[in-house]
Amino acid sequence: MTAGTTSTGSEARALNGAEIVLKALVDQGVEVIFGYPGGAVLPLYDALYLQNSIRHILVRHEQAAVHAAEGYARSTGKVGVVLVTSGPGATNAVTGLTDALLDSIPVVCLTGQVPTHLIGNDAFQEADTTGITRPCTKHNYLVKDIGKLARTVHEAFFVARSGRPGPVVIDLPKDILVGSGTYSSPDAVEHKTYRPRTEPAPEGIEAAAALLMSARKPILYGGGGIINSGPEASRLLGELVELTGFPCTLTLMGLGALPASDPRFLGMLGMHGTYEANHAMHDSDVMLAIGARFDDRVTGRLNAFAPHSKKIQIDIDPSSINKNVRVDIGIVGDVAASLKALIAVMKARGYKRDPKLLAPWWAEIDRRRARNCLAYSDTTKIIKPQYAIERLYALTQGHDTYVTTEVGQHQMWAAQFFKFEGPNRWMTSGGLGTMGYGLPAAMGVQIAHPDALVIDIAGEASILMNIQEMSTLAQYRLPVKVFILNNQYMGMVRQWQELVHGGRYSESYSEALPDFVKLADAFGATGLRVSAVSELDDTIRRMIETPGPVIVDVAVDPAENCFPMIPSGAAHNEMLLGPEDQATATSGAEEGMVLV
Amino acid sequence: MATIPTAIERHTIAVVVDNEPGVLARVIGLFSGRGYNIESLTVAEVERSTSLSRITLVTSGTPMVIEQIKAQLSRLVPVHTVKDLTEEGPHVERELALIKVAGTGERRIEALRLAEIFRARVVDSTISSFVFEVTGSSEKLDAFIELVAPIGLVELARTGIAAMSRGTDLL
Ligand SMILES: Cc1ncc(C[n+]2csc(CCOP(=O)(O)OP(=O)(O)O)c2C)c(N)n1
Ligand SMILES: [Mg+2]
Repeated sequence: MTAGTTSTGSEARALNGAEIVLKALVDQGVEVIFGYPGGAVLPLYDALYLQNSIRHILVRHEQAAVHAAEGYARSTGKVGVVLVTSGPGATNAVTGLTDALLDSIPVVCLTGQVPTHLIGNDAFQEADTTGITRPCTKHNYLVKDIGKLARTVHEAFFVARSGRPGPVVIDLPKDILVGSGTYSSPDAVEHKTYRPRTEPAPEGIEAAAALLMSARKPILYGGGGIINSGPEASRLLGELVELTGFPCTLTLMGLGALPASDPRFLGMLGMHGTYEANHAMHDSDVMLAIGARFDDRVTGRLNAFAPHSKKIQIDIDPSSINKNVRVDIGIVGDVAASLKALIAVMKARGYKRDPKLLAPWWAEIDRRRARNCLAYSDTTKIIKPQYAIERLYALTQGHDTYVTTEVGQHQMWAAQFFKFEGPNRWMTSGGLGTMGYGLPAAMGVQIAHPDALVIDIAGEASILMNIQEMSTLAQYRLPVKVFILNNQYMGMVRQWQELVHGGRYSESYSEALPDFVKLADAFGATGLRVSAVSELDDTIRRMIETPGPVIVDVAVDPAENCFPMIPSGAAHNEMLLGPEDQATATSGAEEGMVLV
Repeated sequence: MATIPTAIERHTIAVVVDNEPGVLARVIGLFSGRGYNIESLTVAEVERSTSLSRITLVTSGTPMVIEQIKAQLSRLVPVHTVKDLTEEGPHVERELALIKVAGTGERRIEALRLAEIFRARVVDSTISSFVFEVTGSSEKLDAFIELVAPIGLVELARTGIAAMSRGTDLL
């Protein structure tokens, strides 16, 4: 067998399976893969060793490999690639795959498998990987014929990135990796029948334009689909907002699709969204949902959701339309293509925005804005978590910044207080809500953007879920900054216990925390700690200036809760704005107990 | 907002898929994972050269759920076509059952008489039993089974429904 993966000439030279896989990856434009070796994938690691087109990043846990690939993908728009071994390697990747499925992130995950003749024998490190990952991938493959290997890899990339993106697993038995076969190039590899529709139907666009032009209380509600569609989609959203002067709100996954500084941006909507955004949704007469899927965290109680509005929905996935909320006009198509068509039709019909027409609606919205729903009681005695994020945001101005988060209160505060001016800057686990996402995702972002300032806004509980990745940061000198809002609680759990379970804080105290400064030190990183309000700014500045990875342990108010909040089972116009509302809400919370 | 019909409807859906490993698991997993009903499901390869299989399934739900089921099925990568036969107009549905009836004397004769009425064929017989094969609509099968049950029904196997639209239309 010959080494190397770059074949010379056009004649089909026999390669081994591992070489075929790597060649296919190179031809797919892959520059980096996140992985962890093991027996079943040794041939691939051998082939990796003998080439230098693809960089391999050795993570410390396979879950982290997938999150890193997600961070890489979400910050670049490219497909993230993962390589793990059979059995435990594959099962460890399952959480990451599920995360990528729920947030529609394009990932191709190569898993090793025992040789085909041993499949089904309970062989060492055998797991039914395609069986286990079937419900948590967009699609998966078990390659049993080396003749189909190259094509399968190409097809996997096509499936992962086209339509509604998602994770794809390719399970590779070891005999396939060492067997010899011929390579086929990716030209024109498509799936036989899988062809997601990207161009919207003109009738839908025409009808949507007419409805929008007649609106008196319009609202644009954008989601992660805008980010997935590419930067052009965000630009077109800006153009639509400029053309119409309509208010716009974004989901957790959509943040950055419209610059946060745009006066027509109402902030995030949903469970911890702003008062003005949720009320504008509730009171609207025409709603345009763009790459957003009416998730339960967004809609609140369904039968009270935006009861008076006509709804238009643009989504590339037909199954997202009419799933939770029945819409009046469903448009299946790519966001950018659909917005472009919509804007063209509105312009062709001579649409001119009429500020007078929308003035009463904006007056209503401005009245709600004046409530200043994100206000918190600031103090000089203790660092409020919201204040910490506000300062982090202020002091990172002028830097090329990317933010990831873990899951919990800190995530919601980050979404509320960190402002994003463009897409692909904000990586968070929205659909699955995976604690432990932020650090590995930040790693993936930093690999893609070596000179950028990449910050993981973390909670002290979440960060421990993938803390081993500090070692990866050290190995590759990745200067990720971990900004821990340490409230000594699983704050989000504690908040719910306060609200729905009579303040019985069952197991939500972060007991026996490590010394994060020493922990950073042990991993060869820099550790900083701050608890005085007066020292916060300096600490953040030091964090930014210190080369290499840094962990900052910010001692914040342990009792702070995240507001506004729509309790589970409540409607958009039944928000809790602060601790005062919470006191009255806790009484009727029994039925909220079954909800998540 | 449009009023949402909530009546439960029963739909027969034909799905053409690539006959590849795991494809049936994908379809069934979708139904169990999302809590949809399957009343009947049949599958077999229908085109050897292109390796296509046809799944016929009968499901029930509100119109919104039926719409979801079809969208979710269409989203599966190996699925070629999804056709709602119930929605698309007249179609034929047929099912086959094998029915073992045990008995002697008068009961044997009665079983044969019923079989004749229902055009059931005897595909196996011993001195004390028959296996009948009967095809037709599921209702016809139900009726036959109900009548032979008191005579001495001992075992029953049904295929589930195969269905096809009437006329020259192709799937
Ligand atoms: C893997 C995983 N396990 C459990 C949960 C449930 N959960 C959601 S938030 C949370 C607490 C997070 O605590 P911390 O990281 O300290 O963040 P805080 O809410 O305090 O800001 C938990 C346990 C989850 N989201 N993910
Ligand atoms: Mg905490």
